[in-house]
Amino acid sequence: MLLIKNASGGYDGEEIVKNISFSVNEGEFFGILGPNGSGKTTLINMISGLLDLQQGKIEVAGRNIADYSKKELARKIAVLPQLTPQVFPYTVKEMVSLGRYAHHSGLFRSWTKEDEEIVQRVMRQTNILEFADTSVMEHSGGEQQRIFLAQALVQQPKVLLLDEPTNHLDLAYQKELLDLLRKSAKEKGLTVVAILHDLNLASLYCDRLLLMDEGEAKALENPDEVLSEELINSVFDTEVIKQAHSKIAKPQLHLMPSKKTWQAKKLWSIDETNLSFSTEQIVLHSDLPVKTISSGIVGAGIGWYKYFVNRHVDENYYCNDHRKEMRTYLKGRGFPPAQTVGMMTAIVLEDYSYGIYEGNGFSILVVVTASVGNAVDSSRAKPLVGPVAPGTINTWVFVNGSLTEEAFIQATITATEAKAQVLRDLAIQDRKTGTVATGTPTDSILIAATQQGKELDYAGTATELGALIGNAVYQEMKQAISKTLNRKKAAEQG
Amino acid sequence: MKSNAIKYGISCALLIGAMLFAISIGSVSVPILDIVKVIGSEAFRLPVGDDVDPMYVSIVYEIRLPRVLLAGLVGASLAIAGAAFQGLLRNPLAEPYILGVSSGASVGAVATLFFGISLPVIGMYTLPFLSIITALTTILIVLYFARKIDRTMRVETIILTGIIFSAFLGSIISLIIALTGDELQQIIGWMLGSVSMRGFRYVGIILPFFILGSFILLMNAKELNAMSLGEERAQHLGVDVGKRKLLILIAGSILTGAAVAVSGTIGFVGLVIPHLTRKLWGPDHVHLLPLSMITGAGFLILTDLLSRTIISPQVLPVGVITALVGAPVFAIILIKQRRRS
Repeated sequence: MLLIKNASGGYDGEEIVKNISFSVNEGEFFGILGPNGSGKTTLINMISGLLDLQQGKIEVAGRNIADYSKKELARKIAVLPQLTPQVFPYTVKEMVSLGRYAHHSGLFRSWTKEDEEIVQRVMRQTNILEFADTSVMEHSGGEQQRIFLAQALVQQPKVLLLDEPTNHLDLAYQKELLDLLRKSAKEKGLTVVAILHDLNLASLYCDRLLLMDEGEAKALENPDEVLSEELINSVFDTEVIKQAHSKIAKPQLHLMPSKKTWQAKKLWSIDETNLSFSTEQIVLHSDLPVKTISSGIVGAGIGWYKYFVNRHVDENYYCNDHRKEMRTYLKGRGFPPAQTVGMMTAIVLEDYSYGIYEGNGFSILVVVTASVGNAVDSSRAKPLVGPVAPGTINTWVFVNGSLTEEAFIQATITATEAKAQVLRDLAIQDRKTGTVATGTPTDSILIAATQQGKELDYAGTATELGALIGNAVYQEMKQAISKTLNRKKAAEQG
Repeated sequence: MKSNAIKYGISCALLIGAMLFAISIGSVSVPILDIVKVIGSEAFRLPVGDDVDPMYVSIVYEIRLPRVLLAGLVGASLAIAGAAFQGLLRNPLAEPYILGVSSGASVGAVATLFFGISLPVIGMYTLPFLSIITALTTILIVLYFARKIDRTMRVETIILTGIIFSAFLGSIISLIIALTGDELQQIIGWMLGSVSMRGFRYVGIILPFFILGSFILLMNAKELNAMSLGEERAQHLGVDVGKRKLLILIAGSILTGAAVAVSGTIGFVGLVIPHLTRKLWGPDHVHLLPLSMITGAGFLILTDLLSRTIISPQVLPVGVITALVGAPVFAIILIKQRRRS
């Protein structure tokens, strides 16, 4: 639909866009990225015909834009401008109707039924029909942007160009506008070419991206390729971290603030002084948030948390919405749910065990509560029917060090292997199968790291960290299970 | 949304009312019915009935009718030119007088009158022709300078440039006058603007230019709508901006030049009338231009009436009254503008 071939252009003889080539297919949502002054707007002005090319050519629908008359071109390409203040109080409908100009030829061509239908339809589509007769000046930035989008759409263009369309729009309007554009692209075959300054929005909505730097094309690919840490870091001269969007298969970039602004002044660590025990709960309170991967009830998954609560509940605890109940519990005890990982256990909390283990340049704190009353062999397990009893082996591992994501995963594996080994060594059996158990049906695990100090890339058993975690979890769990077993034995003996 | 019939009905009724009123009132009052009879008979080439005083015929036909027609044409020309300049420059304060176009036209007119220039072929149209040329030259130079100063051409920049050029051109006029050594009183009177004692000859001078200029502008009403959103936006919408802009500037200069040639510099009509019309009937140039034209004609006829009756038998230059009304309106719009931005 759009073909840009070796195009160069700029103002007053200066070359701002240098030898750019790309093509955009019909119905594609194409994004243009780049730092300020990289020539994005100049390129858009070249495509829209505002600015003549110094070299190369631009074709729309197979024909050079220089060969179109102004009106013909306006029937092929429309532009959604950045918002500018309005001088005259046109009504919304008058403003939108101006978009039909290019379809009126001859001196006395009057407003037709078709014009009216198109204007009505587009106003409905952009949600501005209800205020068609009000003055444009009365409306907010987001509404004005929709009015100008409607004006561009009634041109019935094949290609829509947008220059930072989400500027000045609040979050909901940004999403609404981009959703509408994406829908028009996919359902009506509108070709959308947009300059976007928000890299994450570009990732979410664009099929392909052109990354510009100093007037040249630095990359032209799908968002996953263009939004690589190396490219963005070099072009934007700043540090970003790339991560997957947690719900859809698109990359997202996280800006890294300068270390001075967020890093703690000096090294700090988590140790037993952060722990407190009562019959109701075991709490670890960290001074600063630590990066955590866990399978708790509240704060599960990956995140940064300050409070860790292992709460004792009755063996017959049952609640329809145990997440909500847990949040209420935490709030009632002064833990902000957004900063807290919460777990439950039915065992007597005195049977905990914990220990600090020193490595070379790092240390770990392991806290375990465990009971093996209904242990299972995971290789022979069957899904449980009915309410699930609260977890019985809860393992916390806090690392005073900086872990990679793979290290978090390996730490989980290592800790779990150690747990299985404890059960085997204590000959604890799955009562249903008669084989050695590997855990209980509702175990929870938590790996947390302060993310400062020594960088620890891996946590498999081949590494010092992995070996330490394996050892520590084994020791503490064995002790915790023994405590529980002894208590039971004592109770049985009377 | 007011229906078009109402918009035009009210405006035309006001214009006709103003015309009849202005012809009727003066040192000798002429009954409205007699005016209708005199004009009617003249139009249909019929003898005037015996019941009309022959003096009325001569007052209406020789003195008041040409004066009213001239005032109407000048008012209409300045108002539609003002509306067009405002749309083109997306600036509600743009106006022939403020932009310096009127001063530019004056230079041409004064030069023609006081050096007694008469170009071959065009003869009596030398006066409007040279006024139009100097008017067009002025607006082009003013816009060129304004753009040099500030690429975005802010409202204030354009006004400032216009004022500087007005002052400069005003002194050129003074220089011409000093050189010719003519009577100052007469020239100052002319410069302040007047439509008195001009006769049908002047109506004949302005009419073709009025028709041409208005026609061009009315043909560009839709383009003016687009250009009032900014030149880039207009081009996005498919307007051939370069061509249309030049056409509109030429038409505006034709209207202003011809008006100045026959009546001197009458300021603020092109500011007040489009502003009022826009407030009443909306900013769409398809209707704003003709409605401004009609309202402008009525307005200048009434101000002229005021100018010759307010301190009768003395006649006040009509430009004095339009400035008395216009300058405060200018100030109010400027304050509103500043507040918004």
